Parts: sequence; C-alpha cells; structure tokens
Amino acid sequence: MGVERVRALDGVDLDIQRNEFVAIMGASGSGKSTLMNILGCLDRPSSGIYTLNGKPTHKMRAGALARVRNQEIGFIFQSFELLPRQSALKNVMLPLLYSKGMFKARKRAKNALKRVGLETRMSHRPNQLSGGQRQRVAVARALVSEPSILLADEPTGNLDSTTSSEIIALFKQLHDEGQTIIIVTHEEEVASHAQRIVRLSDGKVISDNPTAEDPLHRKFVTAMASTIQTQVQDIDQNHIPKQLDDTSTNNSTKRAHELSQETEALDASSIHTMPGTKPARGVIQP
Amino acid sequence: MILLRLAFQTVFLALSQIFSNKIRSMLTTLGVIIGVASVISVIAALDGLQNNILGEFEKFGAKRVFIDGRRPESMRNKITWREVQLKEIEVTEILKHSESLDLIVPMWYGGYSIAHGKRTIDSVSVIGMWPSWHKIENRQILQGRQFSAIDEDEKRQVCLINEHAIQELDLDRNPVGSYILVSGRRFLIVGVVETIQMSAMFGGGDTSTEVFIPFSTARKLNPNGWLNYAQGELKDPNAAEDAIAEIRFVLRKMRGLEPDEEDTFQIQVMQRFIDQFNSMAGAIKAGAGGIVAISLLVGGIGIMNIMLVSVSERTREIGLRKAVGARPMIILTQFLVEAVVLCLVGAGIGLLIGEGFVLGLRLMPDSPLSKASVPFWAIVLSVGFSAATGIIFGMFPAIKAARLNPIDALRHE
Repeated sequence: MGVERVRALDGVDLDIQRNEFVAIMGASGSGKSTLMNILGCLDRPSSGIYTLNGKPTHKMRAGALARVRNQEIGFIFQSFELLPRQSALKNVMLPLLYSKGMFKARKRAKNALKRVGLETRMSHRPNQLSGGQRQRVAVARALVSEPSILLADEPTGNLDSTTSSEIIALFKQLHDEGQTIIIVTHEEEVASHAQRIVRLSDGKVISDNPTAEDPLHRKFVTAMASTIQTQVQDIDQNHIPKQLDDTSTNNSTKRAHELSQETEALDASSIHTMPGTKPARGVIQP
Repeated sequence: MILLRLAFQTVFLALSQIFSNKIRSMLTTLGVIIGVASVISVIAALDGLQNNILGEFEKFGAKRVFIDGRRPESMRNKITWREVQLKEIEVTEILKHSESLDLIVPMWYGGYSIAHGKRTIDSVSVIGMWPSWHKIENRQILQGRQFSAIDEDEKRQVCLINEHAIQELDLDRNPVGSYILVSGRRFLIVGVVETIQMSAMFGGGDTSTEVFIPFSTARKLNPNGWLNYAQGELKDPNAAEDAIAEIRFVLRKMRGLEPDEEDTFQIQVMQRFIDQFNSMAGAIKAGAGGIVAISLLVGGIGIMNIMLVSVSERTREIGLRKAVGARPMIILTQFLVEAVVLCLVGAGIGLLIGEGFVLGLRLMPDSPLSKASVPFWAIVLSVGFSAATGIIFGMFPAIKAARLNPIDALRHE
C-alpha cells in the first residue's frame, strides 16, 4: 500500500566528548527529536551505530536499554513530567527506584535537590511549586543517578524568560562541575550558552561548529546586541512623558520585525522565535 | 534484596495507586466482592446442611448394614413375598461367612396389644432380636439389664421396654420386675432402654412405645411370622463393598440363584447413603462454585476495564517511568500486581461480608444451619480464584502498559 517511508535521520555522524555542552538545533521535522530519542536510548536507529560510554546501544534490547537509560541518561523534558501526586523528593527518587541504589534513594535525592537549590521544597508537590522550581526538580531527578549525559529537550520551552535564564545558569553550573550536557532547543539564546551547536535540517547535520564560530549564531548575537540597544533606548524613553511613547514603540517593534525577517531569510530550516524579542516585547507593551 | 526491591517497585506502588483511587477501586472490585461473598455463604450454608443431615445418619451409625428380602420385578410371578424373606439360618450363615461383618442381628417386628393392669394399648411394635442387638444399637439401659444369651437360648418370656412405655402403660417408676401382657402372654420386664426419636427423614416422627423380646421368644409367639430384616455392623466403614459382596455370595448360594437371576434380597449400607449424599452435596457445591466462577468472570472484566482505563490515564507516567529506566517486566509486574491486589482486596471484603451472612444464618432461630461455618478450603479457594482472576484479567492491560513505547507514551495527551 502507499506507506511513505520517511528518513527522520540520514547519515548523521556525531561525536560528543565527556563534559561537552552541546546544543542540538533545528526546525520541527528536522529530526532533532529522533536524534534526541536515539541519544537518550529511547529509540534505536534502524541502521547505524550508537556507542554510549563504550556500550553498543544499537544492539540492545528494550530491557537492556532501560538499564542504560537508568544509569547513563538524565532526561529533562519541556513539560517537566513530574508525578503530580508525589512530593518533590519522591519524584527525584523515582529513577533510583529502578536501580540498585534504591535503598540509598532518599539520601541521594536530597543531595540532588540541594544541588539545584531546592532543599527547602522537598516535601512540596509539583502543583505547589512554580514552573522554574518544577524544572529544577526535574533537573534534580535527572542528576540523581549521576548519569553520563544530561539530556534536555526544550528545557525552557514552558518557562518565562527570567526562569529560563535561571535554568540555563543551573545547566552552566552543572557543566562547570563536569557534567556532559546535550540540549535540544530551537532558541538561539539557550544555545548561546552551549560550547557547540549542531544544526539539523531534513534529517541531516547541516552544521556542527563551536558556538562562537557558528555563523547563524553570530548573526543572532549581532541582532541581539542591537535589540538590547533598542531596549535601552526604550527604557530611556519610558522616562519621558507619555505622549511621546507611541512613536518610540512603533520604531522598536519595526526594528524587531526587520531583524526577525533577516534571520529567517538566512536559514532554510527557519528559526521561528527570535529569542531577543521576548524581553523587548515585555517592555514595549503598553 | 532483589525481591525487596521488586516489592517496592510493584506492590507498594500498586497499593498506593489503589489507595489514591479509593471509590473507584471499591466499585471496580464490587464484582469480586459479591462473587466471593456469595460463594462463601452458599458453601457455608451447604456445609451446615450437610452436617445436619450427616448427623442424622450418624445416629444410625455409618457402619450399619441392612439386609432384607426383595421381590425383583422379573420374578413377580414366580416367587412369593414370603419366599424371599430372610430366614434365621441365613442370618447365621452370613455371620459365619462374612469377614467384614462384625455383628448381625435378625429383626422380627410384630404389632400386638400390650396390657398392664387396666391399661391396654393396641398394635404396639414388638421387636424380637438377638442379644447382640445391644452392641449395634447402643441404646442406653436406664434400668435393669440387657438381654443375655440365656434369655435367647431358653426362649424366656422377658422383655425390655422403652422409657416412653412406662408412662403409656402407667407402670411403676421402676418397672423392672413388673409384668406386662403381650398378646395375652405374661412377660417379665427386665430392663428399660432409652427412647430414641428418629428424625422424620427416616420415618420416625412421633415417639411410640416399643417392647423388645428375645428373638426365639418372638418365634414362639408367632411361628408363622417372618423376620423383617437383619441389621449388621461392619468392622470398618470402608469395608462396605466387601461386606455387600460377601453377603450377596452367601445369600445367592443358599437361595440357589442362577447366574442370570436377580438378587431376591437387598443390602443397604449406611456408609453408602452417606457417600451418595456427600457426592450429591459435592455436586451442589461444584455448581455453586460454577456460579461463583461466572461472577468472578464478570468481576474480572470490570477489573480489566478499570485497569485499561488506568493504563491509558497513566500513559505519560508509564512513559516517564520507562524513560528513567523501568524495564518492561517491571511495568508489567506493577500493573499485574495492581490488578491482583484489587482482586484480593475485593476477596477480603467479600469474605467479611460472607462471614457476616453466615453468622446471620447461624443465629436464626430453629435454623437447620446452626452448624453452618465457612470451611477453610472455601476461603483458600475463593481467595485463590480471585487472585487468578486478577492475573488473568490484569494480564492484558499490564502487557499493554509494558509494551508502550516510551516516546509515544511521553507524547500522549
């Protein structure tokens, strides 16, 4: 029948070293989710090799993959995925429940929560925590089994900008402590904190550069810089009487719009959000 | 250690899940609750009834054998009623040749008028028997003595009466040594036996006056009369079939029956009745078990339904658990244990309700089920059945959960 076979990933060749901080970027449909699933041992490539810490995971069965996930991978999801009825501590203990370390789970979970700065919120349930705190709990859960890789899928996608930068700062701190981190994101701002950016489009790696040398990213940084300038102007103008406010708002919106068009034109895989516009909008809105 | 870990991963999780959905779990297990409660009460009631009826049999003694003449259908024209009656010599021969029989006593029944002083009672049962009757019947001698071999040998005009007769005949409180007239002959009362009330089931009913006389005396009383039946006692309740074969052999030989001719007598062993009754009660219980199996089936479907709902409700949770390293087997066990625990909780509640119901049956006034109690095997059986229901009907949802692809599960809305 007419089943269309789609190659979600095609000829991807990646080598990620210990203690790297890598951002994987790409539009939706570019295959970044599939790549993340394979990196996270949730899925196996239909052909090809994925060796994680010397383990040939492409040959493993479901049970063995589950053990690899338990020991080697710490997942952080966009929507946190915390168990709603359980306390933060219980949520963090979850991965240890499925490992040999379950009898030390409580202690280790407490330590992990301390690392993310939530030692005072351990007995709270997810619905008693803010979005940022929830994501911190999720990070603690990912850390608790001391995995080789911290694998974050749009970790800031459900967070506002302030909380996002908190989480990113947490990632940077963990990276400085020696953690290998892979972030899947489409936000340039998030990616800017990584050491290396891997861009995917139509299942292929279209670029793989250190962050500082990534042409798209440099473009973004330049754009950001001017946006921030505009913001600074906005803030200055906010001090002058209200009648003058309209013109300045119009100016800066136009500017932001131009910028975003410029960036999109450069990249076929299209970066949907201009991260820089978010804070700008916050100021601009009447 | 590994087992403890597994228990943590599955049993406690399942328990907390059930606990957090109390009302739903309760409603789900209703089928199992009703099923178990009904099987427990039906079996207990049947058991009580069985004990009651067996108790009646026990009054006769399980080792009791009855032999009497019978005119088979095919010989109605060839043989008279009189000819098939047991003869004393036959009884003696049976006693001599049947190894499985401990005792045998010919029983001679007659109806005569009894008189004492001015009191006369018509057609009282007068029973002629050997002294060994005392060993079979075990009736207590309240006053006086038992029959002895001399009474039999010398055809003495002595009698035993039952306690009931003292009142009926207006005798002394201690009637031993008094005389009564049986069919106009003087009989010396040598003892008083207890009155036994037979249950209606065995044609008893009203208690009546009974007069016992030696067998030989009875023959003298009516030389043309015949003995009604013989009753014997087995050495061992399990030797019923042997005894029947032995008696049959002796009687057929003595009566010169051809191989193609039917028996002109019948042998009934109490144990056989008991066995038959037991097998009937067993069949009823099996039937009740079948009904329960159906209700557990219905309950099981309810459980399966709720487990499927639970799996689809918790798809994301399953996805997360798998992502953080729960192996498919663990997920399977978790859901299976949840279903089994649900069923067992239901079984527990059902047991309590059933026990309560049985208690109610027992406390009913004049209840024939006063001995009703839930047998241990019924508890084991119903709990086992419930657990099996949980496993069977929990398996499908559990497999479904275990097979979920973590990627799809995490994306599930």
